[in-house]
Amino acid sequence: MIKGNFIDNLPKVYGIYTGGFLAFIIIMAIGEQMGMTSKTIGICFVAFTVAIYAIIGYLSRTAQADAYYVAGRQVPTVFNGMATAADWMSGASFVAMAGGIYFKGYGYMALLVGWTGGYVLVASLLAPYLRKFGCYTVPDFIGTRYGGNLSRFMAVVVLTVASFTYVTAQINATGTIASVALDIPFQYAVYVGLVSILLCSMLGGMRGVTWTQVAQYIVLIIAYLLPVFWISNKMGAGFFPHFMLADEVARIGELEQQFGFVKNAAADLKSVPKGLAGITKAHSAVNASPWAFISLALAMMMGTASLPHVMMRYFTTPSVKAARKSVGWSLFFIFLLYSSAPMLATLSKLSLIDPTLPTGIIGKSIAEVQAIDWYQNWNQANLMFVSDFNGNGTLELNEFFMGGKAVVLATPEIAGLPYVISGLVAAGGMAAAMSTADGLILAIANAISHDVYYKIIDPKAETAKRLVVARVLLVVIGFAGATIAALEIQGILGSVIWAFDFAMSGLFFPLVLGVWWKRANKEGAVAGMFLGLVSGAAYLIWVRNGGSGFLGITQLTFGIFGSFVSLVSMVVVSLMTSEPNAATQRMVDEVRVPSGKSILGKQH
Amino acid sequence: MSKQEQHWEKTRGLLIVTLAIWFVFSIGIFLFGAEMNEVTGPFGYPLTYWFTCQGSLGAFVILIFWFANRQEKIDEQFGFSERGDD
Repeated sequence: MIKGNFIDNLPKVYGIYTGGFLAFIIIMAIGEQMGMTSKTIGICFVAFTVAIYAIIGYLSRTAQADAYYVAGRQVPTVFNGMATAADWMSGASFVAMAGGIYFKGYGYMALLVGWTGGYVLVASLLAPYLRKFGCYTVPDFIGTRYGGNLSRFMAVVVLTVASFTYVTAQINATGTIASVALDIPFQYAVYVGLVSILLCSMLGGMRGVTWTQVAQYIVLIIAYLLPVFWISNKMGAGFFPHFMLADEVARIGELEQQFGFVKNAAADLKSVPKGLAGITKAHSAVNASPWAFISLALAMMMGTASLPHVMMRYFTTPSVKAARKSVGWSLFFIFLLYSSAPMLATLSKLSLIDPTLPTGIIGKSIAEVQAIDWYQNWNQANLMFVSDFNGNGTLELNEFFMGGKAVVLATPEIAGLPYVISGLVAAGGMAAAMSTADGLILAIANAISHDVYYKIIDPKAETAKRLVVARVLLVVIGFAGATIAALEIQGILGSVIWAFDFAMSGLFFPLVLGVWWKRANKEGAVAGMFLGLVSGAAYLIWVRNGGSGFLGITQLTFGIFGSFVSLVSMVVVSLMTSEPNAATQRMVDEVRVPSGKSILGKQH
Repeated sequence: MSKQEQHWEKTRGLLIVTLAIWFVFSIGIFLFGAEMNEVTGPFGYPLTYWFTCQGSLGAFVILIFWFANRQEKIDEQFGFSERGDD
């Protein structure tokens, strides 16, 4: 059936894969009709998809440095776009984003703008130039452009801090989903998640991760879009929700007026389980100041352009031209999911709060709501809660509480879709969290193995030995991440946002100025990375410990302060020290031109 | 001015235009978020709400493809484009 080169056959291979996955969904649906339990369906979905990723990971095994680090630089534009989209959209995007929009409205939607707008910066400022450079990792660029082990090492430090903050959240998410789907305790489920993650990346490095990420994108986008379209049609809200929900958005506004946002007494709120939230913000009204919105969006955009696991995806394209186009495709595939999240939030909210809909619960008696099957399930899972604060026996808007995750996970069930959809959503969430965790663990392990071990400690190491070191590091970092994730220190979304702030504090300006400002030198870059990271971290610690902050910069946007310090110190120190030597300046000129040889050789 | 300098000047010009458009859709319009939300936007959604859901996101997708094409033209004009692959 498949003849010739694997790359030439990609559309066919993934076409068959997608068909197979759809067939699997149908088989599960038939199974459900014939009496398969919901638990079996959940296990089948997660086990089947993870097994496929593991097979892809095994088939992509390699012993070549350039295949391991940059997938042999032959990933076609569109497929690299899909892989980047999976790499990018984490458990937070998949499980938590619609929930955030649901509860916080406009102020939260700055994340939608920030997590997409950043790709414009990636495409125009960085990706094509770093591709031309021919580096294996982001610190590889910093180390070669500025010279010296110190700059290389500083870049590895920033990369590790940012990526590690991010990866614990992802392993946490895989653990949460695995524990629900497989019905095992979270502490063990975290390691089940970790083993699945390592199966994809251990043998094939970047090559394995690339081809599993494409497969994971297909699963996660089907799992996200199918329920949105289905619910919209079932509710009669519109055949194509993205273009047809204006009436529903307006109706939510009307209901909000009618119910009003009643403030609960502090004593009442104490009885609500931790982590659950009520609807306290308007759905579509502007409820944040311009600066609060813009600063959050800006921090996320600059963070996007500094996160190494995204940047290194563009090292795998065959050319500079392909790298640019590939950024566009990445954002297109991300757009498909992100533009659906607000629609899911709208449908989910309206179906619960509109008393004229059969699924609506506001205005019903408390006892009636407490007797609903799905309420009992999700209440048991600690994701839903009602309480009769005012004692009138009827459920009011301010007496209903839900966990952010429940918007994605529970809506299919609330809307009365078959359980097979809930199984599909679990598989999608797992795919989203696994693909991001893989990209991040690989980014850290590659930076340490290539930049610290090979470039600094033992430059004479042979390829076989380098790849052994890379794989050992992969496992060690994975276990470290899982161990911290098992402690459950912080929520998923908070730590994801911090990762962006750390990355932009330390890396944004050293990367951008490395291409766009010839005068930038080693001393400046080291100062920029070091002071940026330290001042950003200091600001975070200060605000966390009760500091008031300034200029409206919060613990979610501390990167704005960090990157500002980074910019100033980099410019000042660069100008105070001597300009880069002629060879470096020639190198920058070379980087700015797409044609010709890359700066670093194919094998380095 | 050498060919390379001219190429870089044009590239920089394109960057400035790209970032200006990016600024409008990511920051500019949200300076007036509250006022704009009073207006009915495409498909009947409130305008600012629509931009955060779809408008700005879609604009970024189009902007990147537009940028990539323009940059390719600049590279071709100066003979710096790569051969073959896509």
